[in-house]
Amino acid sequence: MRGRCPLLPSPSPADGGRGNWYDKVPSCRGAACCALAALQRLWLPLSRRCGRGGWGVTALLVLLTLLCLATPPIHADDTLVVGSKKFTESYVLGEIARKALTDAGFTVEHRQGIGATGIVWEALKTGAIAVYPEYTGTIGEEILKSKTPLSADAMQKALAPFGVGMTNSLGFDDTYAIVMRRDQAQQLGIHTITDLQKHADLRISLSNEFLKRKDGWEPLATRYSLTAMEPKGIEHGLAYAALSAKQIDITDAYSTDAGIAKNDLVVLDDDRHFFPEYKAVFLYRLSLPPNALSALRKIEGTIDDTKMTRLNAEAEKTKDYGLAAASYFGDTAHTQAAKSAASYPEKLTSWTLRHLYLVGISLLFAVIVGIPLGIVASRGGALGSLILAVVGAIQTIPSLALLAFLVPVLGISPNSAIVALFLYSLLPIVRNTATGLQDIPIGLRESAAALGLSSGAQLTKVYLPLASRSILAGIKTSAVINVGTATIAALIGAGGLGEPIISGLSLNDNRTILEGAIPAAVLALLVQGAFDLLDRFLIPRGLRLAADRS
Amino acid sequence: MPDAGMTVRLKSAARRYGGAYALQPTTLTITPGQITALIGPSGCGKSTLLRLIIGLITPSEGEVLVDGKPLTPTTLPDIRRRMGYVIQDGGLFPHLTAEGNVALMARQIGQDATAVRNRLRDLCALTRFPEEGLTRYPAELSGGQRQRVSLMRALMLQPEVLLLDEPLGALDPMVRASLQTDLKEIFRRLNQTVILVTHDMGEAGYLADTIVLMRDGRIVQQGILADLRHRPADPYVTEFLNAQRSLVQL
Repeated sequence: MRGRCPLLPSPSPADGGRGNWYDKVPSCRGAACCALAALQRLWLPLSRRCGRGGWGVTALLVLLTLLCLATPPIHADDTLVVGSKKFTESYVLGEIARKALTDAGFTVEHRQGIGATGIVWEALKTGAIAVYPEYTGTIGEEILKSKTPLSADAMQKALAPFGVGMTNSLGFDDTYAIVMRRDQAQQLGIHTITDLQKHADLRISLSNEFLKRKDGWEPLATRYSLTAMEPKGIEHGLAYAALSAKQIDITDAYSTDAGIAKNDLVVLDDDRHFFPEYKAVFLYRLSLPPNALSALRKIEGTIDDTKMTRLNAEAEKTKDYGLAAASYFGDTAHTQAAKSAASYPEKLTSWTLRHLYLVGISLLFAVIVGIPLGIVASRGGALGSLILAVVGAIQTIPSLALLAFLVPVLGISPNSAIVALFLYSLLPIVRNTATGLQDIPIGLRESAAALGLSSGAQLTKVYLPLASRSILAGIKTSAVINVGTATIAALIGAGGLGEPIISGLSLNDNRTILEGAIPAAVLALLVQGAFDLLDRFLIPRGLRLAADRS
Repeated sequence: MPDAGMTVRLKSAARRYGGAYALQPTTLTITPGQITALIGPSGCGKSTLLRLIIGLITPSEGEVLVDGKPLTPTTLPDIRRRMGYVIQDGGLFPHLTAEGNVALMARQIGQDATAVRNRLRDLCALTRFPEEGLTRYPAELSGGQRQRVSLMRALMLQPEVLLLDEPLGALDPMVRASLQTDLKEIFRRLNQTVILVTHDMGEAGYLADTIVLMRDGRIVQQGILADLRHRPADPYVTEFLNAQRSLVQL
């Protein structure tokens, strides 16, 4: 979780700590509206001559637009955005920063669980967020890519060209640790990482990030001569459960993880001093207002290892980062505020609206692009095969990988998520359009041609209405899949129902996961139902009659 | 009544699929103003010949001349608007009402709404199709009604040549007989070039002026029914006539 995406562009200074990607949302909405207006100008004259089917498609487009517009703009311009990474401690520190800044009189938004180091660093660099908690080890090794350990001063100097500053240590050192079950360690007599050399048969699963990090598994295995071990990747949020269930024996952890004590694990001694220091700090935009910075600086040195472990444990026990952060301030008023700040129905509404926004916009563009591509594909030939091959191949790209490709181009913004969802939506629409057109009986094709209709009129008056059932089925499939896939948007802080799912994974808390997963499933069913209703308006009556009779 | 002058000629026109001939090189002149029946067993090339004339397929050899000009992508749209085409199951577009089907092309070329309405009324009268049926979808019509609508669609733009590909082939005998009677009357009133594909010699003899009997992609004999009956060009002609039991009634 503290890694850097290798695909991100090289660092460059950027301005502004207050600007954020939400500012761009209205312009994105504007673009969608313009595109729709243009489309309708083109489409309406067509649909007038097209009869019910044409009006139906227009109605679909209008509905999708309304859906997009129904989602309110998410942010005012002067909001300070705090970011955090995708694990409990980062969430808690992010909440602490949020409260400190709120108390200093700022309007603050906490974007929780923004992907991995590369993504959250990119967000800070571009001013999409103003502050996030980070660790000195990660700053040196992953962000600045220093071969040698850097002093705090050297780090601050190196960060300045990016417009980024660094606070002093918050007071604790959260280094990486290698952990295993206490009873097994005692039984095998393992106390240090070196002791693992004799037990290469132990099942080791590491977080995917640790597996790949410059200061991760490979150099560790070299230093400790552990190259005979064959680690598998695992989501950190699942590793403790897997250890408890004795499905794995060894994993990586952070030394302040609450899960270590809770699951009766031991931290193996780093006897060859491999792990660098991981002192927690805040990274912030240098353009941060002075009183905001001084509010952050008040946190410096106030959280020791014990306190952080306790806060992490509290967050995981109460399933509420806000509550844990409030207990840092020792203020019951805060606790109350944290509880009342956002009730579940409020949060659910905001997640759902955001989710629908992501799905609606991406689906709208997939319809606009997918149907013409399907028309071309239906004609077969090399171009047709190429289109089907490309949209098919897109489906095989894992969602995280696709986001990693898109983030350097489009940044940490909903646009990246929308483009990813758009790409995933294409296949069902393109394929169903092509198949629907190809399945039109030869007699009807020849009748259309023999009437003397131009090829354009054959398409709009005959072929598309006849294929409408298949095309709509494709759009419906895309919409339902899209509702499920849109949960990945939370990985780049674009919100939606994926937000509780991802924080639930970090908390190892099924309830929080279900808070997002159940509404997402219900939403998928509702979308399916809505499209079933829409079929009645969009599929020409004559076609439905014909289907009923046959 | 439209001018019956548009000529249709095949000059050594053939159609191959792979190496096999669906239609051997064929030369044929359709007499303007007459009703010509193309007849023969399944696979004899009669439908291929008809589809060549309306340009749904192109000749592999030779040429098809309509109004003295070969069919090309440039001449085709105009030629097609001057021809009407009806296929076996009607080829009605299921998403459009009867009226939507019949008036589709007229509306597409921007014909005046009143003119379209008047023409629809005339066609309903001509084909004996009830006007209130115009708002129904093909799925709500009987087989015979569908063929009447299909005929109306073909006649909407007052074509000079009417092409019918087994128009009654899918209908039951009672409906078929009644439609045959109506067709004869319609042809008489239209007084124009009609090319009718059928495999029923009774239908051909009843409706057509000239019969073109085909077999294995070739024309075996062309003439009036009496020629075929009394002066067969080939024993196959007699064989084919005798196989058609309904002829006994003629």
